[in-house]
Amino acid sequence: MRPHPRILMCPPDHYGIEYEINPWMNRSLGSIRALAFQQWQRLRDTLTSLGVQVEILPPQPGLPDLVFTANAGLVYRQKFFSSRFRHDVRARETPYFDAWFAAHGFEVVHLPEDYFFEGAGDALFCGDALFAGYRIRSDVHGHQWIGQQLGVRVLPLELVNPRYYHLDTCFCPLSATEAIYFPDAFDPYGKKVLQSHVPTLLAVVEAEAARFGCNAVVVGKTVVHNTGCPRLAEQLAQRGYRSIEVELDEFLKAGGSAKCLTLRLDGEEAAVW
Amino acid sequence: MSDARFVEEVEIQGHIIDSLLLPKILDEILTRGGSYEIRDIRIGKKQTDPSYARIQVRADSQEALDDILDQIHDHGAVPTHVADCETQPADIAGAYPEGFYCTTNFRTQVRLQGEWIDVEDQEMDCGILIDPEGAAARCIPMTQVQVGDRIVVGRRGVRVFPIEQQGRKELFEFMSSAVSSEKPKGVTVREIAQAMKRTKAAGEKILAVLGPAVVHTGGSELVCRLIREGYLHILFAGNALATHDMEQAFYGTSLGISLDRGLPAEEGHEHHLRTINRIRRIGGIRPAVERGILTSGIMYECVRHGIPYVLAGSIRDDGPIPDVITDTLAAQAEMRRHIPGVGMCLMVATTLHSIATGNLLPAWVKVACIDINPSTVTKLMDRGSVQTIGIVSDAEPFLRSLVSELNRSD
Repeated sequence: MRPHPRILMCPPDHYGIEYEINPWMNRSLGSIRALAFQQWQRLRDTLTSLGVQVEILPPQPGLPDLVFTANAGLVYRQKFFSSRFRHDVRARETPYFDAWFAAHGFEVVHLPEDYFFEGAGDALFCGDALFAGYRIRSDVHGHQWIGQQLGVRVLPLELVNPRYYHLDTCFCPLSATEAIYFPDAFDPYGKKVLQSHVPTLLAVVEAEAARFGCNAVVVGKTVVHNTGCPRLAEQLAQRGYRSIEVELDEFLKAGGSAKCLTLRLDGEEAAVW
Repeated sequence: MSDARFVEEVEIQGHIIDSLLLPKILDEILTRGGSYEIRDIRIGKKQTDPSYARIQVRADSQEALDDILDQIHDHGAVPTHVADCETQPADIAGAYPEGFYCTTNFRTQVRLQGEWIDVEDQEMDCGILIDPEGAAARCIPMTQVQVGDRIVVGRRGVRVFPIEQQGRKELFEFMSSAVSSEKPKGVTVREIAQAMKRTKAAGEKILAVLGPAVVHTGGSELVCRLIREGYLHILFAGNALATHDMEQAFYGTSLGISLDRGLPAEEGHEHHLRTINRIRRIGGIRPAVERGILTSGIMYECVRHGIPYVLAGSIRDDGPIPDVITDTLAAQAEMRRHIPGVGMCLMVATTLHSIATGNLLPAWVKVACIDINPSTVTKLMDRGSVQTIGIVSDAEPFLRSLVSELNRSD
């Protein structure tokens, strides 16, 4: 475990289903604000109890998805690669993320204008390689650009299932050599790349992938994920991980869960840099 | 290699090997009915080093190509040319703007309004003129440039297709070897004969560039047979070939040497000048044929069979005969006018006219160069006519075996 885990979160004061930009969103099935708040607080408290220093981004009216801080950008040491959202409704979040990172001592880097890139939602280090999801939200060109800037190996993975529209909804590195994933979210090439670059790869069953079991937060040897993933908990236990379930169904309505609600600031457990 | 004419070049970089992006892109091209050729590839030496590939994508139609390009773009393959070619108006007549694009004899395309357009009248050492509508392009010699002409400058939006990718595998594959006097000539002559037959069958024209040694060595009648048998459609030559050919018709000598006996004829040194004088008195070759004065030889057959000829003058010419164009630029222009439709060129026993013609021919026109002096062929190749095959031989023996090969039934 990294010595001082820090995670950025944004309270769901203004969270809601106000538009539909992924197959999970349905405006007629709005979220229950009080319940969302309760679930978010439980997640925050769980992380705090694990020794995580939770930083708070002030919520903003009119930006319901600002709670999903994982999409703010990609953190690499003191650099913050700010996202270029594919959808305008989310692009409005960027100034708030940028301001927070600039105020907290990060160098804010912007990608060239014609690239789409949705931050840690689509770019996850596992070992020294940056695994990058593309085609649905981020595009492959942006990832290659970041790879050049950082001098790291970028392995783009095509996402082929619109329900798993970000890489962090179907892939979660546990350590430099272990990860969980949902195979059907990837094309045969992507599966092969994962299989040949991650020594231990645990496949999450479909029912639990649909509960966003892969959208988990790893702190040391503890994995925090949504409820309803008993098989995943067993798989993790076999690898020596403790599984903590926190119900986050109000956020699943927007296509997000534990991982989407957090952004690790000091480097993920699985990242080697 | 596919002959598909719709082509785009893309490049991709990053960790394209580890991530299987390169094989994925190549698979995508094939499954969508295209074909590819990797033009350049650089593999990263260390794990963190990015790799790079430049891929030529081909398809049978623009739609198929666009479909492939759209797909592979999402995997990171981007066209290497994303901009139209750049032009500048000519500020001086008879000269290109500085920085003009200098042409080769290879097939060339320019990008205009996002589309690749073939450059017409392909010729080496020219500029490229874009028509005022911006929809067509052609090679233009320096001297023909008018003030205001839109001339391509720089290399952006210009691409060249070297000869090896043009899918002409069946022809002249042996031409890769340099000319040598020590090679068996029979095989080469047979190949040339077959190429002439294919050219004729394809409805393309065969151009002959002939020097006076054709006549001196006694090859006139063989050339006449080529004309009569339909294997020669245009003739480029100089004052000397025409003069000695007609000298033979009038006096039976070539530069005073009897072609029957191989010995100098009495007062024979005067024959060529008397020939020139006679033709000048009549007013040209055609009137001499029409008036029944010239009744045999290469020039006679040309007139009789409606074979166009261009006689270009030089500074050492005697006379010359009235048909000779003494203004070099006018001669070049006249030669250039006859190039379209030429599929093959036979150059026999002339250095200057061969090189002049080589300069005008696009690289896809097959050239056979026959000279007793190996350096003639070498010079031609060194000046960019790389499509040339050479035979070191005197003119008449070559022509004799060529005619005999052409008459052999396959």
